[in-house]
Amino acid sequence: MEFRLNRRQLVGGLAAAAALAPLASRAAEVLRFSAIPDEDATKLMGRFTKVAEYLSDKLGVPVEFVPVKSYPAAVVAFRNDQIQLAWFGGLSGVQARLALPGSVAIAQGEEDARFVSYFIANKATGLTEGPDFPMAAKGRSFTFGAKTSTSGRLMPEYEIRRNTGVAPEEFFSRVGFSGDHTKTVELVQSGAYEIGAVNFTAYDDMVAKGQVDPAEVPVIWRTPAYPDYNFTLRGDADEKFGAGFTERLTTAILGMDDPEILGAFPRSRFIAASNADYQPIEEVARQLDLLD
Amino acid sequence: MLPTSIISMPAEREAKPSLRRLQVVWIALTLAALALFAADLQISAPSPGAVLKALAMGFARPDFAALENLRQALLLTLTVAFGGVAIGAVAGFAMALLWGWRAVRMLSLSLRSVHELIWALFIMTVTGPEPIAAVLALALSYSGIFAKVFGEILDEADPRPRDALPGRGMTLSGLIYARLVPSLPAFWSYFCYRIECGIRSSAVLGFVGLPTLGFELDTLFKQGRYDGAAAVLLLIYALILSQSLWLRRRLVPLYVLGALAYLASLSQGPVSAAGLWQLIGVDMVPAPLRGADPGAAGTWRAFGDWLWRLVSHEVLPGAWATVLVSYLAFVLCGIIALFAFPLIVPALAGRIGSGFGHVVLVILRSTPEYMLVFVGVQVFGPSMLPAVLALGLHNGAIIAHLIGREATRIVPGLRPDRPKGAGLYAYELVPRVSSGLIAYLFYRGEIILRESMILGILGIATLGFYVDSAIATLRFDRAAVLVVAMMLLTALVDWGSRALRRRLRVGAASTRPYC
Repeated sequence: MEFRLNRRQLVGGLAAAAALAPLASRAAEVLRFSAIPDEDATKLMGRFTKVAEYLSDKLGVPVEFVPVKSYPAAVVAFRNDQIQLAWFGGLSGVQARLALPGSVAIAQGEEDARFVSYFIANKATGLTEGPDFPMAAKGRSFTFGAKTSTSGRLMPEYEIRRNTGVAPEEFFSRVGFSGDHTKTVELVQSGAYEIGAVNFTAYDDMVAKGQVDPAEVPVIWRTPAYPDYNFTLRGDADEKFGAGFTERLTTAILGMDDPEILGAFPRSRFIAASNADYQPIEEVARQLDLLD
Repeated sequence: MLPTSIISMPAEREAKPSLRRLQVVWIALTLAALALFAADLQISAPSPGAVLKALAMGFARPDFAALENLRQALLLTLTVAFGGVAIGAVAGFAMALLWGWRAVRMLSLSLRSVHELIWALFIMTVTGPEPIAAVLALALSYSGIFAKVFGEILDEADPRPRDALPGRGMTLSGLIYARLVPSLPAFWSYFCYRIECGIRSSAVLGFVGLPTLGFELDTLFKQGRYDGAAAVLLLIYALILSQSLWLRRRLVPLYVLGALAYLASLSQGPVSAAGLWQLIGVDMVPAPLRGADPGAAGTWRAFGDWLWRLVSHEVLPGAWATVLVSYLAFVLCGIIALFAFPLIVPALAGRIGSGFGHVVLVILRSTPEYMLVFVGVQVFGPSMLPAVLALGLHNGAIIAHLIGREATRIVPGLRPDRPKGAGLYAYELVPRVSSGLIAYLFYRGEIILRESMILGILGIATLGFYVDSAIATLRFDRAAVLVVAMMLLTALVDWGSRALRRRLRVGAASTRPYC
């Protein structure tokens, strides 16, 4: 019964929304795109507005960047056609393409074909880097990043289970979710959590900018490589923006060479991608019950 | 009529309930001691020096240039606050007219027992991260609260004009002239009062991605850009401290109209009926029932398994963690309120001291709990402790503010040879405000319950943690069940606190909600 009441309220709310904000039909079709807020989101608008300008220039279509605050918000906005193009993580891309059959992964960064996560530790743990999974981390506290981050959650959890044979909650004394990569590094740096799993580009970026001292927060293990971030486009893009649009967009993305634009991601360059590249991610997500 | 004005004076009280009240306080503290054992409050003593220093440096040099769209975020924060509160008030008013109906009271409880952040998570799946989602989320939560308060105001309306009318005023004109019109000043007063809460709620809605000040604050804070985060926080403090200058009651209608006009002018992404149907007709339908044959026995068995798994793995452990954290925070909140309210009473803290006190309380009550939790986890390590501290400090500061104002009003009316200092506090003020304090505490208990959802960073799996996980994996069916569990838990606590209040003879009206 409670459930029905909620529904009724939502319908009422939507009616109010319709009354409040008459939907102005837009003159030209705008390509709206977004990116998952994985790191350095402070300058999202500034960074990605340049990408939008570049794409608009190349495609002759108005392009608008829509900032989002969470991974699922990006996926749902994509499904609802509130954005047509997105820079997803491995898992969020899979979620999006399952939620909207027909949509396609069109490009990935060169780094994304062989992405890794770092396990980092507070110096006080005395743990040092080795080629094998750090079994000595048993019983310590551990933090993931965002709940559906591929590099901050999915693959680290998969590796923890594969190497230890138990769930992270059993292997570690405590398991938290920091929310994103920067907070993971900060929490491990202070020792609030002793160990953390983090996106390697995010960590390397912080080291390069002097935001973290690798002597204080050493990398103790690198996961095996897996596919990660990708540009995913709705399947109906050609109908909406004209025949051949998917191809023209792909070419434009692969042709990005301005260091400032590439730095927004940050990637060295882009290469072609396909849905099949992310099959391993989908399988792992099902194993971990993050997908039905 | 502000909520604080309905506090009974000690003289009107008999000795007996007062004794009972003391007994309840002892029982509450004993339970808290037991909860301390059950709760995980381990201190892992990290070395937070670097991060705390970065925080302090940031606050010493706030960087207002770090804000990309400060003006826009500020404007939207106010727009959402006025628009959301106004729509909530209209909807709440409509419900209040039918307050006698049990279904309406249930609806009101359901609406207000879910945090606006959680409503926003659902609404955003239909509207996208647009201002309208924030307006609707605020309106949903607040309509439940307005319905309750307006309903109570109508119930409390002087019955004499109604009784004097033919047929005891049970006509439309009787309703309008004998009940609505005399209650209008109280409605209006509460509405204006609620705007203040709306501003804070609106800012916080940015945390889930809606374009208000919280968006900037959360983003900057998460990136360790503490100078920028400090700038946004200072702006929020300034907004709240300066309200007496610009939030004039006569201007409120103007602000509301402006907000609605501005909202209507915003370009809005496509909101389709299909999106709404996808959410409530597909995504929120339990997975085993989606597209299944309702006649087949297997369908319902699968549904039963699904539900039981959810209840045993998430609802029950989540409810237990929620109750544990909330209860400890509730007790701490009471202790903080009791000791912090003199900070803003000039007769106790001095004129300058009370000015400082106001600033301290504004900082504590306007700093989002997530940030208090983050500082706490840096200092004490992850456990329930930072959560209890953050929720207790935040809510304790709110009650201290309300009680302090009440105490300030009481002081001039005391006898000329009243004691000063500790004597004034212990013998004159505490007995006079204790009844109000308990009443507010019960109301805040309900809120602490809602707010204990924000603690994922600590690895504490409250109900809200599971709702967040369900939404992150796009399982809106599970999220819906968990939200219903939240509503039931709130209803249970509400029922328990009403029973307790009756025993303590604390008037229900004095719990008139403050945000």
